Amino acid sequence: MSEVKNILLVGVGGQGTILVGKILSTGLMAAGYDVKMSEVHGMAQRGGSVSNQVRYGAKVYSPIIDKGQADILVAFETMEALRWLDYLNPKGKAVVNDYRIPSAPILMGKQEYPEGILNTIESKVDTNVIKAAEIAQQIGTPRSMNVVLFGALVKGMNLTHIDWEPVIGGVVKANTVDSNIAAFRAGLSEGK
Amino acid sequence: MKMLLTGNEAVARGAYEAGVTYAAAYPGTPSTEIMETVAEYKGDILAEWSTNEKVALECVIGASLAGARSLATMKMVGVNVAADPLFCSAYAGINGGLVLVSADDPGLHSSQNEQDNRHYARFAKVAMLEPSDSQESRDMIIAAYEISETYDIPVLFRMTTRVCHGKSLVELGERKEVANKPYVKNLQKYDLVPAVSRKLRVDLEEKLRRLEEFSNKTEFNFIEWNDKSIGVIASGVAYQYAREVFGTKASYLKLGFTNPLPFDKIKAFAKEVGTLYVVEEVEPFIEEQLKAHGISCIGKDKIPNIGELTPGIVAKALLGETRPTIEYDPSSLPSRPPTLCAGCPHRGFFYELSKRKNVMVTGDIGCYGLGGSDPLNAKDTSFDMGASISMGYGAQRAFDRGGQKMRTASVIGDSTFFHTGINSLLHVVYNGGNTVTCILDNRITGMTGHQENPGSGYTLQGKPAKIVDIGALVKTMGIDHVRNVNPLNLKEVKEAFDWALDLNEPSVIITRWPCVLKKLSEDDRKEFGDYIGKCAAAEETCVGCRMCIKTGCPALRFNKESKKIRIDETQCIGCEVCRQVCPVKAIRKVGE
Repeated sequence: MSEVKNILLVGVGGQGTILVGKILSTGLMAAGYDVKMSEVHGMAQRGGSVSNQVRYGAKVYSPIIDKGQADILVAFETMEALRWLDYLNPKGKAVVNDYRIPSAPILMGKQEYPEGILNTIESKVDTNVIKAAEIAQQIGTPRSMNVVLFGALVKGMNLTHIDWEPVIGGVVKANTVDSNIAAFRAGLSEGK
Repeated sequence: MKMLLTGNEAVARGAYEAGVTYAAAYPGTPSTEIMETVAEYKGDILAEWSTNEKVALECVIGASLAGARSLATMKMVGVNVAADPLFCSAYAGINGGLVLVSADDPGLHSSQNEQDNRHYARFAKVAMLEPSDSQESRDMIIAAYEISETYDIPVLFRMTTRVCHGKSLVELGERKEVANKPYVKNLQKYDLVPAVSRKLRVDLEEKLRRLEEFSNKTEFNFIEWNDKSIGVIASGVAYQYAREVFGTKASYLKLGFTNPLPFDKIKAFAKEVGTLYVVEEVEPFIEEQLKAHGISCIGKDKIPNIGELTPGIVAKALLGETRPTIEYDPSSLPSRPPTLCAGCPHRGFFYELSKRKNVMVTGDIGCYGLGGSDPLNAKDTSFDMGASISMGYGAQRAFDRGGQKMRTASVIGDSTFFHTGINSLLHVVYNGGNTVTCILDNRITGMTGHQENPGSGYTLQGKPAKIVDIGALVKTMGIDHVRNVNPLNLKEVKEAFDWALDLNEPSVIITRWPCVLKKLSEDDRKEFGDYIGKCAAAEETCVGCRMCIKTGCPALRFNKESKKIRIDETQCIGCEVCRQVCPVKAIRKVGE
């Protein structure tokens, strides 16, 4: 428990990275870890690139994760995985959602959505590509894509010793508990 | 009980526990959530949004003189606005404890500059505390009220983005009720005429001398002895970074009370250690004072004074250590800048404005600043709150006298207009200007996350409030030409520009439509109805001209293969701006 672990969640404003950060930090805290979490507010709601950083261990000092330091990078959007890849420890893991949200320059036709991102990442680091949108759709809860990714993260970080379902139940809205737990279980089975 | 709180939440909690009864603020990232959290302690603290930071601090000073423990919070540039009363309050001192929170933004996550407000503490001659995490945010604000009342001085409570928005564990306590101190009229203290201030000026130096004694003994300035070959002096979140980098391979003097600095403690520490580093974010505030006291140390000659620090930056600068990273070329990666939301009422306005030639658009602080980005590009300047109107006026005067055929249009939001736009507009009227002032009234303070304001009908704590009538206000000020437009109706916007730019007297165009993200009030529903439906593009009619793309709406998708537009139904809210732009009527409301 002495070593500080680093989880970096990245995505696009509105994708629910903050909710996952909240579930994660709540569960880690309940499990007795010292936890620090960092997020930057402000322009996030306007479709910008967002990050949420969670650090835990016996004693955590810095609230932020440095380049090359993340033990796991969870990208809620494909292109964002590449944008933040230098924050991942080369010996760490990438969990990448195979889900594209074109940014403004792409929508305007000034740039193309880059092809081959998943191959690039897979060639450089231990990578788990998740089709979280499809999985969430299949289990009938399209909005819980973020919690599917959370399930994969729990597996990837080997945090299965924590009982996450009551934590999820305490954090999400009461009428979405069942669907979010279903999404979590689906994500967990996709994790590696 | 331990809770995981942001620094902002912890400050609010600490203020509650300290017995604060009055608090005022103007929203601004990264400070906003402090007052939003204070507002939740409804029965115990009266919490208010002010019209601007100067007003907020003056209200708080008034409450302090009347005997209440009081709190003002703002982002760092807000302190510039509030600087006048801040300097006065240093001279006058306080009655009930007074704390001003300045939330600084190293790295400029959401600010127009990177000023280090620690300088304000020295400049105004007030006490200063700098927390480095959420627990300290709670503990130090409670102590701040004791310090303020013991030394009869305001306390500047300096936070930064990572402390404000970082979450860490906090041990909570109970609220201590603090009765108002009796109010005693005292002209020799509170009537800052020159004869009084000259005397208070002398007293203030004595207060600072006593505060330096306190600084030398307070536990907020503590030493952690480890290996003495390296000594580190650090404050704020920079301490956390230094502590992570050096671990137990260095000794630390961690400074939490940073004005005045504890020079006795610093000298004693410096004498014991080998190499002395000062690790601080942005300016060499501590380092320069050390050097002026003849204490040699290493700081900004190695550590950058620009941008945020990280443990990695500190490690590289002081130890030459770098962490391996995954190599890749990010240069071709498309950027992801923030954009005006799908359905944003500003879009139609900026689309029409972007078509105007020979118009200098002076912008202001708010979401509508995004109207200056691609593809709208309808903005020339953005400075400080309220500057759009006064800068536009000055530019128009210079254009006219210089014989340049240019017009200026000033673009400002409702809350920013109330903040400092009103006095600028009064200057325009008084001096007989002819600029076009556009007040984009989206019925809420948008950019900072939907705070109530004098135009929205509610106070911070949810009480119904008078709604200022912007049209009537500007008419009363002397603007004879006022037009209300629906910004989603392009024809109406265009006609308003034609009309206003032709006038040789000052005019005001008010666009009135709620922010697409606003939770509509009952009055809003009555006035604007609900957005109903979605738009869709007919593939057989679309000619792929991409005119609609020029509105910059993120719901529009252009398929390069089929050369057709598709509208993302999850994002579209049916504002119909793109429909009005389409030259071949390919876009329709679904179901029509």
